[in-house]
Amino acid sequence: MKKSTAGISKLSIIVVAIVALGAIGAIYYMTMPQGDLPASITAGGASFPYPIMTKWISEYNKLHPSIQITYQSVGSGAGLNGLFAKTFAFAGSDAPLTDSQMAEHPGVITIPESGGGIVIAYNVTGITAGLNLTADIIANIFQGNITKWNDPAITAINPGKVLPNADIVTVHRQDSSGTTFGFTDYLTRASSAWKLGTGKTVNWPTGLGANGNSGVASVIQNTPNSVGYLEFFYAHNNSIPYANVQNKDGYFITPSLTSISLALKAAAPVVANDIRASVVNMPGKDVYPISVFTYIMVYKNMSYMDQATAQGVARFLWWVVHDGQNYSESLLYPKLPSEVVTIAENALKQLQYNGKPLL
Amino acid sequence: MSNKTPFFNDVKDNLFKYLVIGCSLLVVVLFSLIFILLVQRSLPALSENGINTLIGSVWDVNNLVFGALPAIMGTLVSALLATAIAVPISLGIAIFFTEYAPDRARFALSVFIDLLAAIPSVIYGIWGLWIISPLIKNYVQQPIVDYIGFIPLFAGPAYGLSIFLASIILTIMVIPIISSITIELLSSTPSPLKEGMVSLGATRWETVRNVGIPFAKLGIFSGVILGLGRALGETMAVTMVIGNSYLWPFSTVSIFAPATTITSKIAGELYEASNPVHVGSLIELALILLIITLIVNFASRAILRRISRRQFR
Repeated sequence: MKKSTAGISKLSIIVVAIVALGAIGAIYYMTMPQGDLPASITAGGASFPYPIMTKWISEYNKLHPSIQITYQSVGSGAGLNGLFAKTFAFAGSDAPLTDSQMAEHPGVITIPESGGGIVIAYNVTGITAGLNLTADIIANIFQGNITKWNDPAITAINPGKVLPNADIVTVHRQDSSGTTFGFTDYLTRASSAWKLGTGKTVNWPTGLGANGNSGVASVIQNTPNSVGYLEFFYAHNNSIPYANVQNKDGYFITPSLTSISLALKAAAPVVANDIRASVVNMPGKDVYPISVFTYIMVYKNMSYMDQATAQGVARFLWWVVHDGQNYSESLLYPKLPSEVVTIAENALKQLQYNGKPLL
Repeated sequence: MSNKTPFFNDVKDNLFKYLVIGCSLLVVVLFSLIFILLVQRSLPALSENGINTLIGSVWDVNNLVFGALPAIMGTLVSALLATAIAVPISLGIAIFFTEYAPDRARFALSVFIDLLAAIPSVIYGIWGLWIISPLIKNYVQQPIVDYIGFIPLFAGPAYGLSIFLASIILTIMVIPIISSITIELLSSTPSPLKEGMVSLGATRWETVRNVGIPFAKLGIFSGVILGLGRALGETMAVTMVIGNSYLWPFSTVSIFAPATTITSKIAGELYEASNPVHVGSLIELALILLIITLIVNFASRAILRRISRRQFR
């Protein structure tokens, strides 16, 4: 008898403790910062912003533990399909929507989230840095019209450099890619010699195809006298030399976070006018010409998901274009210039749930 | 058990029968579903391009021109070349294994063959790209190009990544399949036959040639077809080493030139394809590959039937 009373009292203590813990939890939950409702957000798309997106998600999760975000690095096309099918709350894409995509899926808004530079990476015997190239030369190399490194066109703009009498091996992306899109868009706009058009894949008349930035990088590293195009951070992190490219104002510019950022800044008025406008080959003395934005696409009307998720998405994206930008440069992504942040803000303010703005 | 009525046993037996019928039907249904899906999804391309996909040699997404011939040729040539190189090597391995190898070597050899078969293809791809490509380029392709490069089949420049390299990597992936099957068959040669040969004074080589191989011929052929199937469908390793150029075999026929395959084309472009004709053309490529493997399968069955008929006549 005595024993059992002791047992009951022990049990009651445990029960009280559990109730108390639960109550504390509930109070904590109700007073959570900014009134986050727990939400789990699934998104996906371009692989280019994946590293910075992962950083943003983990930093945001530290501030808002009840918001769980996953971003699947599946490629721009698959990301957009996921958004259109409404399985992704937002999608990352390296290219803005096409006209037909706009027509088929009205109500999608475009937010510049970050940017990048596409560099002309090379492995040329005897040249470890500082090779100068122009748009016309790049176009002719990748179309197989310039086939030797000591071609007069190249030596003329590289005084003091001894270029080998060797065949140029070009390396391009085999997989469809936003990087190819940016690279070909630049050549289309900057060189009349470029005949292959703009696209995520084009009909290459020469060279080797490799899979992903990593594939192109390893082919370049293993192939003497080769040249290819890579995302800036990829070439930089792997110490592959990259060329100075002549910009619209005629200066040879080394790709760097600064020169890429300046390009994005120069692009702000263009993007303010039309968010889908191409931003390569921008004017300006110190602008690196092959610089691009990477975008987030999201439905303006988010009523198709539950309210907590919609709110979570809106607040997360707002944070990304503001505080999130402070994490960009450590991962070699340019910070969005303030002019572009304003554009992103205006776009995000259109987000709504059941007719009410979310921000 | 024994106290169950016969009726109950009948039900159990029937249930079991339907279960196994269901399992077998699953294979048929799955295959049909896949086939129907491929046909249905490639309709936009079939109606747009028709036969041009099969005979065209240009793949230009911007202008919506989708010719698959270089990819088809790349697939067939790399797989056939790989199988052709793998067959004699595998036979050599199998003959050494069954006739010459001491027990210890036999054990070690079988472990290594199994290990080779177990290596994931992406690892073959990395190894081919980083290690084998520069070696082959400098020590095989370059010398050959220098001496007999005037022959179009061996024309330069030596890139390393090429249909030649892809075939070599595929050979290494196919050898374990063919050799393990051949070993299995050669070891099951009836010993009276072998002993008879030996007692007649035949050498080991003569025994293998006149008894072992004829006896195992059918099975070895099946093994070769299995290997060919593997080579035809391989994606990852081939994409990484073949160089992915659409120019072969029309702008150049050199085996040292980069080429492409059906699988690497699909793997590279499907995720980012948005135009329905582009998507349809990629699915059509998949359909073509499926049909190629079907043809290989049916042809091999026909050949097998013929060989076996002749053998037992």
